[in-house]
Amino acid sequence: MSILVDKNTRLLVQGITGNEGDFHTRQMVAYGTKVVAGVTPGKGGEWVLNGKIPVFDSIRQAVNARGANVSVIFVPARFAADAMFESADAGIPLIVCITEGIPVQDMMRVRNYLDQKGVRLVGPNCPGLLTPGEAKVGIIPGDIAIPGNVGVVSRSGTLTYEILYALKQENMGVSTCVGIGGDPVNGTNFVDCLEMFEEDPNTEQVVLIGEIGGSEEEKAAEFIADRMTKPIAGFIAGQTAPPGKRMGHAGAIIEGGSGLAADKIRALEMAGVQVAQHPEEIPGMLK
Amino acid sequence: MKLHEYQSKRFFAKYGIPIPKGRVAANAEEAKHIAQELGDRVVIKAQVLVGGRGKAGGIRLAKSPEEAEELAAQILSMKIKELPVRKVLIDEAASIDKEIYLGITNDRSARKPVMMASSAGGVEIEDVARDAPEKIVKVYIDPLLGLRDYQARDIAAGIDLPRDHWRIFGQIANGLWQAYRESDATLAEINPLVITSEDQLLAVDGKMVLDDNALFRHPDLAEMRDLDVEDPSEIEARKYGLVFIKLDGDIGCMVNGAGLAMTTMDIIKLFGGSPANFLDIGGGASAEKVTAALRIILTDPNVKTVLFNIFGGITRGDEVARGILAAMNEVQTRIPMVIRLVGTNAEEGRQILSDADMITAETLADAAKKAVAVTKGDYVQ
Repeated sequence: MSILVDKNTRLLVQGITGNEGDFHTRQMVAYGTKVVAGVTPGKGGEWVLNGKIPVFDSIRQAVNARGANVSVIFVPARFAADAMFESADAGIPLIVCITEGIPVQDMMRVRNYLDQKGVRLVGPNCPGLLTPGEAKVGIIPGDIAIPGNVGVVSRSGTLTYEILYALKQENMGVSTCVGIGGDPVNGTNFVDCLEMFEEDPNTEQVVLIGEIGGSEEEKAAEFIADRMTKPIAGFIAGQTAPPGKRMGHAGAIIEGGSGLAADKIRALEMAGVQVAQHPEEIPGMLK
Repeated sequence: MKLHEYQSKRFFAKYGIPIPKGRVAANAEEAKHIAQELGDRVVIKAQVLVGGRGKAGGIRLAKSPEEAEELAAQILSMKIKELPVRKVLIDEAASIDKEIYLGITNDRSARKPVMMASSAGGVEIEDVARDAPEKIVKVYIDPLLGLRDYQARDIAAGIDLPRDHWRIFGQIANGLWQAYRESDATLAEINPLVITSEDQLLAVDGKMVLDDNALFRHPDLAEMRDLDVEDPSEIEARKYGLVFIKLDGDIGCMVNGAGLAMTTMDIIKLFGGSPANFLDIGGGASAEKVTAALRIILTDPNVKTVLFNIFGGITRGDEVARGILAAMNEVQTRIPMVIRLVGTNAEEGRQILSDADMITAETLADAAKKAVAVTKGDYVQ
């Protein structure tokens, strides 16, 4: 068991013929993920990965022919909003958007539209999902995590890899790792993931990796205090970040005195979360 | 990216928002001519991208073209919060009866644009939010539908605007929404929107912040970028697709990934050091990128040590190591380097760097401790 993706995932890759799409499709297939189709408008009818994966012009065609239930997006930022609308309209229930640099007004329209349709989005500007041993949807390196009972949710990319790697060094495995992305307006948030981890029988403890900007960590703390029974360890990046500067991620910014790391750490600690001073302390905080 | 007041107001005017007559000048003589054209009283306003212009003496009233010339000369020789004043806006002076605040920004928590208005205009909205939050009226806008007419009326009523102004206020609110929407702004603000003694509504000051990620759709607006507000090394970094932010410490950092870069800064601080910068070299990390990054870090004379923290995921450790080696060959320096390389092909990467004069570390904590020790001069091998 796991959350969001597993061995029954039938994955469709949007932008499969681009550099990124091609490279990561190979990695996902090598990991054992069932990639059933690709979409690149104008390249329908081609086959990729030595004739193993058919390419379609539209998501609807791909869904009709191959029955995909998850879509992962590697298209450039300027086309990404349209890619998400298309997936939602074709009935895909879970969209994972890796693309970085999508205009925030595009994301507000996408998010509001997807909410109306009841479609779940992970990302954008995220590394995607990894259910070790079952499915890799996105760009998280498959070999840095082993199957186990720790659920991981994070706003970051390589920092998440650090945590997975540190867990693996201690022989601790992961149920599912969710990268929710570093943009100010995204899809699935901390609370959604905590709710799913709380219900997932194979997840026994959770690691939450936050960073400066916004108030999603504070909302997570509230949820944890009210609803979580499983133990949680956390880390918040950006304690030394200056205000008013975007720290690489579009959403990692302290604005008008809010979004500070110290406030997030305090909120999480008040909710009973053990907050690490640095990521390598995390495995020691779990059982 | 921020727009200047004169750029913002010109943009607003395209959407039917009434603004004062005025033009921008780069020298005192031009200012005098503009003042002559406008007649009577004019306001001379420094065009710099920081708040507090008024307090710094960057906004002055002139009663004659000669006075306008004199004041413009003064203002153009000023620096406001270290930024040079390169242009002044000469606006017809309005006689103000009442000041209102009207703005739109992104509410990331609600995932919607929010329009805010206040009867306490002319001061920073953050100050109003802190001191008198009850004076702010907020309306969330459905990004798929846009601002509805009734919402504009609700705002007008909420700030006790006299009814005879509601129609024109509705046009201004809608114009501001269109301006925000069409420019991919993250902030579009009229502060103050005034009621003049002739009972007209007028946008006396304007401010816009645009979404950097959307500038590809707005090449005309992107050209307006004022580089004065940016650190030269940050501009240089952007050319290479790097995100660099200068800080005031002495340990230079080169890291792949934004979250890990912040964490590296934090852990340096945790172990008693002080980071000199944030730097995300992103994925790939070619020799060209690493070289550019190293050069940018070393332009800061405060840097005493450089810490490399590379997590080889998709980016392979051996690739990054080759990039670092090439960079070290090109950028000759005696600054000590500490490197931590883990993940995919890290062992191969370490081999490549074994002949280079670098201090290696296994863990993040170890790397930070060593970098701090080297910087303080008490590192022992």
